[in-house]
Amino acid sequence: MNYLPFLLEIGTEEIPDWMIDSARDELRRGFETLTKDYAISGAITVDATPRRLVLRVPGIVESTPEMTSVTSGPYKSAGAGAAAGFAKKWGTTVDQLGFQPTPKGEQYLFTKRTQGLATSAYLARELPNLILKIQWPKTMVWNGKGTERFIRPIRWLVALLGDAVVPFEIGGVKSGNTTVGHRVLGKPLIPVTIQNFDSQLRANGVILSADERRDKIEAGITARIKPDPDLLHTLVYITEFPTPILGSFDPSYLDLPQEVLVTVMRHHQKYLSVEDGEGKLAPHFIAVMNTSADPDGLVRSGNERVLRARFNDARFFWDQDQKKKLEDRLEDLKKVTFQAKLGSYYEKTQRVVALTKELGGNERAALLCKCDLTTDMVKEFTDLQGIVGGLYARAQGEPEEVAKAIYDHYKPLSMEDEIPSTEAGRIVSLADKWDTLVECFKVGMSPTGSRDPFGLRRAAQGMVRIIVEGRVKFDFPGMSSELSEFMRDRVEYYFRDVRGFAYDEIRACMAARWTDLIDLEARLKRVQEVRRTPDFEPIAASFKRIKNILKQAQFSDSSFHAHLLEPGPELDLYNAMRSTDNLPLESRIGPLRTKVDLFFDKVLVNAPDPDIRRNRLALLQNLLTEFSTIADFSEIVTERQS
Amino acid sequence: MSGGLTFQETVLRLKQYWSDRGCIIQEPYDVEVGAGTMAPETFLRVLGPDPYRVAYVQPSRRPADGRYGENPNRLYKHQQLQVILKPSPADVIDLYLGSLTAIGIDLGKHDIKFEEDNWEAPTLGAWGIGWQVMLDGLEISQFTYFQQCGGFDLDLIPAELTYGLERIVAFLQNVDSVYDIVWAPGFLYKDVRLKDEQQFSKYNFELADVDMLWQLFALHEKECQRLTKLAGVVLPAYDQVLKCSHIFNLLDSRGAISVTERVGVIGRVRRLALGVAGAWMAEIGATKNEAVA
Repeated sequence: MNYLPFLLEIGTEEIPDWMIDSARDELRRGFETLTKDYAISGAITVDATPRRLVLRVPGIVESTPEMTSVTSGPYKSAGAGAAAGFAKKWGTTVDQLGFQPTPKGEQYLFTKRTQGLATSAYLARELPNLILKIQWPKTMVWNGKGTERFIRPIRWLVALLGDAVVPFEIGGVKSGNTTVGHRVLGKPLIPVTIQNFDSQLRANGVILSADERRDKIEAGITARIKPDPDLLHTLVYITEFPTPILGSFDPSYLDLPQEVLVTVMRHHQKYLSVEDGEGKLAPHFIAVMNTSADPDGLVRSGNERVLRARFNDARFFWDQDQKKKLEDRLEDLKKVTFQAKLGSYYEKTQRVVALTKELGGNERAALLCKCDLTTDMVKEFTDLQGIVGGLYARAQGEPEEVAKAIYDHYKPLSMEDEIPSTEAGRIVSLADKWDTLVECFKVGMSPTGSRDPFGLRRAAQGMVRIIVEGRVKFDFPGMSSELSEFMRDRVEYYFRDVRGFAYDEIRACMAARWTDLIDLEARLKRVQEVRRTPDFEPIAASFKRIKNILKQAQFSDSSFHAHLLEPGPELDLYNAMRSTDNLPLESRIGPLRTKVDLFFDKVLVNAPDPDIRRNRLALLQNLLTEFSTIADFSEIVTERQS
Repeated sequence: MSGGLTFQETVLRLKQYWSDRGCIIQEPYDVEVGAGTMAPETFLRVLGPDPYRVAYVQPSRRPADGRYGENPNRLYKHQQLQVILKPSPADVIDLYLGSLTAIGIDLGKHDIKFEEDNWEAPTLGAWGIGWQVMLDGLEISQFTYFQQCGGFDLDLIPAELTYGLERIVAFLQNVDSVYDIVWAPGFLYKDVRLKDEQQFSKYNFELADVDMLWQLFALHEKECQRLTKLAGVVLPAYDQVLKCSHIFNLLDSRGAISVTERVGVIGRVRRLALGVAGAWMAEIGATKNEAVA
């Protein structure tokens, strides 16, 4: 078989950086599926810059092999009609059919030959579909209503199998063997071969490999930077030829809060922050250009000027904002929408204050926590909500506890983020998040599938962490059944995926009760511990059995009469239960286990006398109830089951 | 100022550049608008199947953005240069880059990036896909491929290029405040516009008569609804939408719109805009049919 190298380049206008990784994976997977009948040597790779997706295959077979398949038909003895019918079915005539001898006489045969399909023709037919079916978060049309959709307009296509162009067309763009260089550093029309593709692009200002672009950025950074992998990833994918430059700002801006400076640099300007030897913010930044050099220093001075204007804005906002204290901004919250269906932040604040009071938290912090939403600083730098409120509270002489609580109350913003550092902060954070959840669920704005536009999962997850890790008493007051279901899921997720408890342990403990998460965590630890003891598995199996018996009998009465108990295993079990009454679960399992086993061995629960039968069921019900305060052990998956 | 063209020379060169590329050079629309997109030369002309190319400077009023002339970068009224290329040509980005060269930006010595920034105007039933164009870290333009306008999927996809003129010129002249821009030889931006900013900030934030504005809003709304039902007066009807939109912005800057009212008022403006867009489409269709008959 003859193998040829293949190259596909989809040339576009600038694709948003955060979409590129998944598109790249999807293109590779799509191509693998497309060519599953074609032998491939070497690994399929996809490289990407903001303006191109490039898929390469070291070798793909030139065509699929010719295939023959033989189908047997009627016997000759069946007559001419049958033979003609068979021939017709296969689109041929009787004289074209073959024969084979069989014990029953000669049988007609049809041999079907399928030509090998040339890879080039196959790809030419399939590539447009492969390209256009890449999933993007948001697509557009550029050739007019009803035409092809893509993330941004496709402007050129390179498709080469060996030396030959694989011909196809998308939206008026024909595939060929010319690529396009960097917007400023390169030429617009560059003839390429598979062999010289990388070098031609490089000569025209494009570094195709993302890893190489990352290396180039890292190698060019001359200062000590705050590590920021996410920002670095963005910079790699908004450039075709990245070059870092070091800029500076006036040290007097370091008077502004570090949070503000970093936000301006990172989120608004995509600059990496620079630290001094002690890890403190230094008056420098790293900007990454999408070009090779800054010969006259214009790019550096331009970026410095932009940053100066931004910092001046921030200073201006700070000074302006101090003219009106947080407290005096409460009234203004009446004009700030919380959610269209849920009224203003003023109303939300009232609810959060009430809840904070119930929880014994700092009401002052709750009262002021949303006031920064009306400040110029937060209107401009929305990521700084809460943080700005905390800084202003401190500057305006509020107690440190209040300032810190406001500062922290949006935390944790992610699974990795820290929870609020003070008790007051944790309570305000809980009250705020719980109010959002309750209110959103009330008006039907609950998350569906992967959609969660109001960030309710994150809020719920944050609450779980604050309660458990911050040791705050909270029992989820006034939950609807829908919200209860939702919170249960988040609690399960936390203990399973974050804390690593076994799924059945969580189910068992939550079946007993779950809204006191600190208590739940304690029970989980006990169950996890006791599970390692040899008596545990058998008793868990017994509990499963008890539950089934009670279920089948549809029995839930727990009143029983000690005088009806038969001496022997039944009474023994009862006595063991009573004598271990005051012991913790861990110490009861051992003594009870043998009694339970013996009971099931020797005693017929379904006794003929209905009173005795009822009494035995009630005994079991009591046993189950006593243990169920810790966990529903029947939920534990035992060896015998698995 | 250390180098860079004057404000008016920059405007003249951009107009010349786009004129040379087949654009009609229009004058600003003479009703208050919040952005160049709202002028009928964009909002109505992007609808329907007819190609169009136009460029104009549009003074854009955003009452809530006023800062009494005290903030170096924020204005109640700024000047946008708006270009519509319908349909967008395949080399539209190169054309745009060419316009930067035309106003004295040597691309070989600067850093240009196109960063994702999609545009949406719910009150106009309009949205598009595009970028903010960054020059040495400064956003100098918005670049948008319109997808929908007035609630209609567009037949031809226009490219909209919006240049923030004050920003670009301040940058090129190397001044830190827009008020220090040289507008024409011997005249600074503040000589031309500072009073404007001071007086309108005072009016927009403190003095505009709220009751009167609500009455005006209702009157223009009613007039728009009346006109939309009649044949051959789409343009006058659209003026009424613009009036309502601007009055809404004024009420907003006066802090006169409560949370509960807000959504409702936006919805009222949107219904008017969609109604006018529908009437415009019907009129285009009617003209086509007449031509066929």
